Amino acid sequence: MSATTTGAPQGPTTSGAPEGPTASGVLLAVRRRRHTYVRRYWVFAVPAALVVAAVIVFPWLFTLVMSVHDWKVSGNVYYVGLTNYAHLLHDDRFLWAVARTLYFTTAAVVLPVLIGIWAAVCFARQFPLRGAARTAFILPMMATPVAIALVWTMMFHPQLGVLNYLLTSVGLPPSSWVYSSTTVIPTLVMVETWQWTPLVMLIVLGGISSLPIDPYEAAEIDGANGWQMFRYITLPLIWPFIVVAAVMRVIDALKAFDTIFVITNGGPGTSSETINMLLYQTAFGYYDLGYASAMVLVFFVLIMLLSLVLLHTRQQELTL
Amino acid sequence: MAPPPPKPAVTRGERHPRAVGRYRLRHWINQAGLYLSVLILVSPSILFFVWMLSLSLKNELDNTAYPPVLIPHPPTLANFVQVFAKNDFLTYTINSVIVSFSATGLALLFGVPAGYGIAKTQATKAAVLILIARVTPGLSYLIPLFLVFQWLGMLGTLYPLIITHLVLTVPIVVWIMIGYFEGLPVALEESALVDGATIWQAFRYVAVPLARPGIMVATILAFIFSWNNFIFGVVLAGRTTRTLPVAVYNVLTFEQISWGPLAAAALVVTAPVLLLTLFMQKEIVAGLTAGGVKA
Repeated sequence: MSATTTGAPQGPTTSGAPEGPTASGVLLAVRRRRHTYVRRYWVFAVPAALVVAAVIVFPWLFTLVMSVHDWKVSGNVYYVGLTNYAHLLHDDRFLWAVARTLYFTTAAVVLPVLIGIWAAVCFARQFPLRGAARTAFILPMMATPVAIALVWTMMFHPQLGVLNYLLTSVGLPPSSWVYSSTTVIPTLVMVETWQWTPLVMLIVLGGISSLPIDPYEAAEIDGANGWQMFRYITLPLIWPFIVVAAVMRVIDALKAFDTIFVITNGGPGTSSETINMLLYQTAFGYYDLGYASAMVLVFFVLIMLLSLVLLHTRQQELTL
Repeated sequence: MAPPPPKPAVTRGERHPRAVGRYRLRHWINQAGLYLSVLILVSPSILFFVWMLSLSLKNELDNTAYPPVLIPHPPTLANFVQVFAKNDFLTYTINSVIVSFSATGLALLFGVPAGYGIAKTQATKAAVLILIARVTPGLSYLIPLFLVFQWLGMLGTLYPLIITHLVLTVPIVVWIMIGYFEGLPVALEESALVDGATIWQAFRYVAVPLARPGIMVATILAFIFSWNNFIFGVVLAGRTTRTLPVAVYNVLTFEQISWGPLAAAALVVTAPVLLLTLFMQKEIVAGLTAGGVKA
């Protein structure tokens, strides 16, 4: 929409052929006034801008400052230049945390995106109780993460947990879930997938419901089957929505905190210690704020890079 | 995707009967696949919440029984009573209500005009700033703000929580309101301006009433994000200023063995959000897909 020409019909103000002197005069006056309005509308954003400056922009800048200092909560602050960053490169614990985060993120993006597309295709169709089913499906995403993490923790209990009971009752061996270093990340990915597939579904469903029906009618006449219609019509058309959903997933999976913190707190040992867990530990366990700030900045760059790379694929055609 | 319903016999009249039969069969398989898919997709969520409810209504004996018991026998509310009696959940509930309502209210106060201003001036750079705010991990705000609150001696009060929750609520409100104000017809505001209203009056008496559905969406989402937030509380809250998610986490650390009260506490924390989702689903879905923003 344009702030200068909408609303009133296009007046003949430039053609020099006024229909009525009063009408065009008013139009001109309104337009001139509106020009000054466009500048004055800034005023509306000032209070929010101050808040954003205080609670969002200021922390960013302050983090930058802290990251070049040896900054402990106890009080002593020394300027150390880029030492914190150099230290990060040789910090095995940090590098392992990065590797673990990438492992977790890859799985926690791919699974929700695939299942989310499947769910969106299903929920785009008509069936009885569709509204109720959709509500049930999106509940995990809305529920308080700490609360659901707690219930998952109880379900993962090796002896008394309901999940091992279910596994053994269908003849499968019990799993050690979050209590072994090999299964802990897949288990956390499962929780993340359970929690966030609904968001992917909603975004992709938004894409599907905006599709035209003509291509499908044409394909019907040409005798295409359901899979072919999905593969050659739906998928290419909803590709931008899938990319957006994937970007959101990447950002959220990298930032995942609540469920991991409550269920494993990085354990057992450090086998589920993602960047965010290590960051929390460094800042509020060891109170090494300077080092944690450097970590935040590297983490932020990683998030931005990965989401920009993915967004770039949005521009490309889907060619498989 | 959806196969069209069988058309009247006139148009399909010339088709061979066997072709019609095959069509019906395919349609039937298609429907069965759909129902099966929906069942598989929805059951993890339903089973989870049913089990959560079951845990919270069972006595300790049933909760530690093996094989697990699904139906409480007899159902008991003792767990809920214990949560409020022993863990001071009333205080934490009040804290959560104060923090979430203040953070949402302030965000509306600042964010609705800001969304209007940005929509009118088409300041896309401001929108980019909000997107970056969404990408930044919560911990990166906490480290500097924690220090500032320590210097100001505000730790141990609710103010740090309300202020940090603005990090969540202001961007979501601004983001949703930009989209909503951009979609409103401008004719009404313009006639108000022509009639001599100031831009403030045009905003207050024309744009805001028109944008009420958008404000509703922004309010619900901001409230949910604030209510669900854990990370700010776990760092900034003192013993008496815990919000519900922090309080329920502490129940876990101190009472790891008693599952009933734990599940009851979890249910108390998340019940308001689940109810909001049940009754306001349309608004929530609109907000999440339009903005695509989530804190």
